[in-house]
Amino acid sequence: MKSFRDAAHLIRLAVLFAAGLLVFSVARAALVPKDFGTLGHYRAGAIDDVRAKPIAYAGQKACAECHLDVVDLRAQARHKGIACESCHGPLATHAADPGQMTPARPEARPLCVHCHAANTGKSTRYPIVDVTDHAGDDTCITCHKPHNPKLS
Amino acid sequence: MDTSRRDFLMLGTKMFVMTSAAAAAFEHVLAGAPEAASAYHAAGHWWAMVIDIEKCIGSGHCVRACKLENHVVDEPFYFRTWVERYHVDPLDMDHPAVDSPDGGIDGFPETYPDGRTTGKTFFVPKMCNHCADSPCTQVCPVGATFRTNDGVVLIDKDYCLGCRYCVQACPYGCRYIDPRTRTADKCTLCYHRLTKGLQPACCETCPTGARQIADLKNPDDPIHAFLRSHQIQVLKPQMATGAKVYYSGLDGSVR
Repeated sequence: MKSFRDAAHLIRLAVLFAAGLLVFSVARAALVPKDFGTLGHYRAGAIDDVRAKPIAYAGQKACAECHLDVVDLRAQARHKGIACESCHGPLATHAADPGQMTPARPEARPLCVHCHAANTGKSTRYPIVDVTDHAGDDTCITCHKPHNPKLS
Repeated sequence: MDTSRRDFLMLGTKMFVMTSAAAAAFEHVLAGAPEAASAYHAAGHWWAMVIDIEKCIGSGHCVRACKLENHVVDEPFYFRTWVERYHVDPLDMDHPAVDSPDGGIDGFPETYPDGRTTGKTFFVPKMCNHCADSPCTQVCPVGATFRTNDGVVLIDKDYCLGCRYCVQACPYGCRYIDPRTRTADKCTLCYHRLTKGLQPACCETCPTGARQIADLKNPDDPIHAFLRSHQIQVLKPQMATGAKVYYSGLDGSVR
């Protein structure tokens, strides 16, 4: 039987294609991380990368472990629902090693004003003050104790 | 030996099933068990956020805390969460005026500059909606962004090319390109905190409890009681993104 004319061309093409496929497979196996695709179309290790970030805010539980006096002071106060770090700032380093870092006392006036300045968007039930009129130049904590702000 | 067609097909099917089962098992062996090492099991959680509009006072605590917790670039146009103030004019309810000075990071001016006093005004904190069917993960050409099994949309910073498809795809404008790494960035729902048993920084610092993290798979989560007694809404429900930031008391004018 006469062989297919110019078969060599096709064989060459097939060999080239096979070689290309091989190079692609090897390169793909080498370059794609092992954990890619185990949980979905992504690198599973990326989840651990995100989880590995350090925390800045220690969380209310960590504060309450030591500062029981303030917890008691706030128990009946209107500010009881506010987390310590809401005003005192992120203190994970302090919670991890209290001796290493002592938090600075927050500056009262700008802090109080963030919540208690009058604003068109605030609910009428929310306690607001006219900042310029309410206390003149006095700082808020002259009269109000921040942990238990209601004047008795 | 004579093989009937039936035998041949049975044998073929058996071999096919067995090899794919073996392949699946082998893949599992190769992968190891990524979550076995820690006490956190993704499959046991389904994270969402509940935001109570009526409680939000626009203090900006969440915006500041988010920047500090996640080292978000300081410039006032990079935000993982921000607060918008809506003003709805009763004569033109479809076109609310919205302001968000520096994302609300320093709070809001007392009134609008034009001094209007009619209508209603309220705050809308915004953030990544951690959509169950998120458009941003669908357009990523390299698998650098994805939704985890516990419902959090994350970014693989090592894999991201910075092509910005996802930034355009997000209907909520929650993504940006981090100028330091030139990769996409956005809210992770503080995944590094959630998996340690802490709540996200924005919820931790919210002075009025307007933001609440919700584990919808946890039957003991107090959020279930809240959801039963409040009407909730998501942003842009017509986009069918499966958004999981649930707003209570959301006005229809909010876009």
